[in-house]
Amino acid sequence: MTTAKKPAPKATPPKAGRRVELLFEIGAEEIPSAMLPKAIEDLKAILERHLTAENFHQGVAIETFGGPRRLTACVRGLLAKQADVESEVTGPPKSVAYDPSGAPTRAAVSFAERQGVPLHSVYLVHTPKGEYLAAKVVKRGRTAHELLLDILPRVIHDLPWPKTMTWTGLKGARFIRPIRWLVGVLDGKPLKFAFGGLAAGDSTVGHRFLGKPKIQVKSFADYEKKLRANGVIVRQNDRREKIERELASYAKRTGFHVHPDPDLLQLITYLNEFPHVIEGGFDPSFLELPDEILITVMRGHQKYFAVEKRGASRLGASGELAPHFLAVINLNKDSKGHIRAGHERVLRARFADARFFWESDQKTRLGDILPKLEKITYESRLGSYHAKVERMRAIARWLAEQWYNLGMVEAHVADADRAAELAKCDLATEMVREFTELQGVVGGLYARAQGEPEAVADAVYDHYRPVGLDDPIPRNIIGCAVALADKFDSVVGCFSVGVVPTGSSDPYALRRAALGIVKIILDQKLPVSLSLAVSAASRALLAHPPKKQVSPQQEQQVLEFLQERAKFVFKEKSGYAYDEVAAVFRTGADDLVDVEKRLKALKAIRKSRNFEPLAISFKRIRKILEKASVPAGELQSVNPALFEKEAEKNLHVAVRKAAASVGVDKRAGKYQEALEEIAGLRKVVDSFFEEVMVMAEDEAVRKNRLALLSELLREFTTIADFSELGGEA
Amino acid sequence: MSTSIKSAPAKPKGLLFQDLILKLMHFWGSQGCVLHQPYDTEVGAGTMHPETFLRVLGPAPYRVAYVQPSRRPADGRYGENPNRLYKHFQYQVILKPSPADIQDIYLRSLGSIGIDLREHDIRFEEDNWESPTLGAWGIGWQVLLDGLEITQFTYFQQSGGIDLDPISVEITYGLERICAFLQDVESVYQIRWTADKSYADIRLAEEQQLSEYSFDRSDAKALRSEFELHEKEARELLDGWKNRGETGGGSTKAIQRYPILAAYDHCLKCSHLFNLMDARGVISVTERAALMQRVRTLSCRAAAAYLEQSTGAIPKAGVRA
Repeated sequence: MTTAKKPAPKATPPKAGRRVELLFEIGAEEIPSAMLPKAIEDLKAILERHLTAENFHQGVAIETFGGPRRLTACVRGLLAKQADVESEVTGPPKSVAYDPSGAPTRAAVSFAERQGVPLHSVYLVHTPKGEYLAAKVVKRGRTAHELLLDILPRVIHDLPWPKTMTWTGLKGARFIRPIRWLVGVLDGKPLKFAFGGLAAGDSTVGHRFLGKPKIQVKSFADYEKKLRANGVIVRQNDRREKIERELASYAKRTGFHVHPDPDLLQLITYLNEFPHVIEGGFDPSFLELPDEILITVMRGHQKYFAVEKRGASRLGASGELAPHFLAVINLNKDSKGHIRAGHERVLRARFADARFFWESDQKTRLGDILPKLEKITYESRLGSYHAKVERMRAIARWLAEQWYNLGMVEAHVADADRAAELAKCDLATEMVREFTELQGVVGGLYARAQGEPEAVADAVYDHYRPVGLDDPIPRNIIGCAVALADKFDSVVGCFSVGVVPTGSSDPYALRRAALGIVKIILDQKLPVSLSLAVSAASRALLAHPPKKQVSPQQEQQVLEFLQERAKFVFKEKSGYAYDEVAAVFRTGADDLVDVEKRLKALKAIRKSRNFEPLAISFKRIRKILEKASVPAGELQSVNPALFEKEAEKNLHVAVRKAAASVGVDKRAGKYQEALEEIAGLRKVVDSFFEEVMVMAEDEAVRKNRLALLSELLREFTTIADFSELGGEA
Repeated sequence: MSTSIKSAPAKPKGLLFQDLILKLMHFWGSQGCVLHQPYDTEVGAGTMHPETFLRVLGPAPYRVAYVQPSRRPADGRYGENPNRLYKHFQYQVILKPSPADIQDIYLRSLGSIGIDLREHDIRFEEDNWESPTLGAWGIGWQVLLDGLEITQFTYFQQSGGIDLDPISVEITYGLERICAFLQDVESVYQIRWTADKSYADIRLAEEQQLSEYSFDRSDAKALRSEFELHEKEARELLDGWKNRGETGGGSTKAIQRYPILAAYDHCLKCSHLFNLMDARGVISVTERAALMQRVRTLSCRAAAAYLEQSTGAIPKAGVRA
């Protein structure tokens, strides 16, 4: 395709077809570690997007890396130069391009100028419309060099961050933290693109204390090797493996176990350029504090790994920890032990604080803190936590009473009431004021230490659970009652004052509360009527401060919100199909355990031969009834005397017969048997539609047929509304 | 708690408290900073000193460093907690515009106070600073030394609700923490301030008494009416600035003399009185937000008026005076 080229400005023009490597690095002041994993993905995606837009993406492999001070991309297989594309462009007709004497006119001259070709190179071509002036135009393929100078600044610009800053001024560049250097090396040569007043080149920067500030690099391999020698491990996976290796070797050497903490490992991987594990210890007397508190201090504030005596410690069981910790430093060694001493000193002060809080909190019994909750606002219109606790108690008692009456003997009303009363008291303790993430846990630990019944202490401990779909639910039934009471109160209360979650804003975490409600009910298979529970929460809002009347519309709104969340759980977590969930919810979703049973049955029966055709028939029936729009009430009963065809009679008999046994199965909770019974109707339904014209001329006959279909639909869509299932009528 | 320096390690190590300050003064003085003095009104942080809050506004380059005693009544512990104080000392540095090698300069300052960076673990961990009452926020880190927070390092983005241009960098050292670390003592009260005086000798009584005052004895009603008085005066001064054209106060001299700085002083008083009421536990959660908003309104108006007065420019972003 290539044709004669203009002499390239550079000494040797890159040959088309040759593939080259790009090294690209953004050097910045410390990027927040939690943002790096996504930034590394984003960098790759944005590079890909830009290369694709310029048709440079074929045969290209991109790898991206990141650490606190750099984001790096290695792009291999880039075409050094795109092929030139030659094309013919036609201009004015011959009559316009040349004067009668055959000399080129101004039109011809300007055509040549526009196309960027010398006048003598234009020529005439024959076309169906006559002769026209034409020129051969070569669209020169861009070189990777040209392209990258153009796109790399845009790649930096396009990287999305949660919050950007400027470090020079309003007109300056924006990024997550100040950019201090840029590296571009293409095919071994510096690529001098520019961004935010900085010029890129072929030198990078080593580790702050282990490396040189200026390191010249020729390729990605060279970059990685030289940085390694200068205290920087470029690949995040290498850093993670180094940490894991050192943790494992500690465990092997000492016989202790490292408390597993994947989130912490991830954070630390991106917090260091050269991670190195060091050991530290603390005074064993601190082990008197509960493990939860020790671990929270170590991991949350200090980012240390806790060490266990035996491994696999379970929450709530203290005494599993050993008086050691593992810190990960951003250096290759702690030659004089200063760093260890420093970390031990900080941890000692932190633990001393925690012990001080523990001891000073113990001076007051948890229950005696209750009046202090009046000073802590939950929501301005819903009052204090004290008011919330009163409401929670009412709801928890109501739940426990119901369950107890259903034979759940461990659902003691008094325990539920006591646990709800104590649940929020830890908000006024020094410990929770310092370690907010331990709310609930601290209350539970204090309750246990102060001799409350185990079920009560555990319930207080667990009542914020579950905080996510994968988080466990409270371990006992009292905990479930308190957790549900808390969450129902939050959702109903907030909706009643107009605090409704929107796309981006959910300050009271109502979505999480609703998911918690769904998960507790389903995991524990609890008999809870959503509508009755919402009413109980409404009654509590009226009986206790703020003594607020919740309108029926608001209750309905809450129910829909809860059902939406339940649908989400069934689809995303349990893997039911969209139409299965819709079909089951359409016939009622007040009892989620029952909903799950019906879904299970529906999913099982769906595979059977008769089912899908029957579902299509149901859809057809619903359409017929909608189209006929017979006012409800007129179709009270079917009159067998008005049947004209055999198929009508057969269907009627089959419906009555099936309805009886479906009713028995349903009451026994045998949904699958019931659905099989219904699926057995396929044959009679099919022949009904083959032989019978529903919309008969005779009004009485027509209405009777509609009544029959209506009965069919009414009787057999109480488990699931099959007309919601996929497929067309 | 021992208040005597006899409990300090037998072989004293690390810089004396006053030498730590002198070293930092020397270091930042050599970086071209004006070595300033603490502000003479109660403030919660060095940021509230006009040398930071107001100087970061507008285009004029500026470099300043000073110690700022910072009062946080709610953090008082009657002198009984080894690490928490009613009043602590911040060493505050402002560089405007922020130099490109500021992290290196900062690390050198640590070297200047005797911290060998090859023997310690230094880390910049994300920590974005925000002061709702000042309408100010910035992006930056807390600097950890072997797991100990020693510095807040912030690129200011807004002050008084006004977008900053150019950007200033603020470096705030926690002097007690750093000194306790250098001297390897467990309690701030054990810090040797001079060769023969401890931090406790000099400050313990103040911690005991001011904690007692702010938690148990302050007159909440009086604090509230003082707050109202200072707010009123600040507001009137700022209103006067806004309406100066109508009252014939438009001459250059009248503009130069107009006491915007006094309005800001009253705003600082409000902030401190708010903190005192908060420590006394007389502010409900809803009222808290409203009071903070009132202080914020004053500080934003003062910032806008200051900028207008000092540069003649009416700020684009932020609250107009």
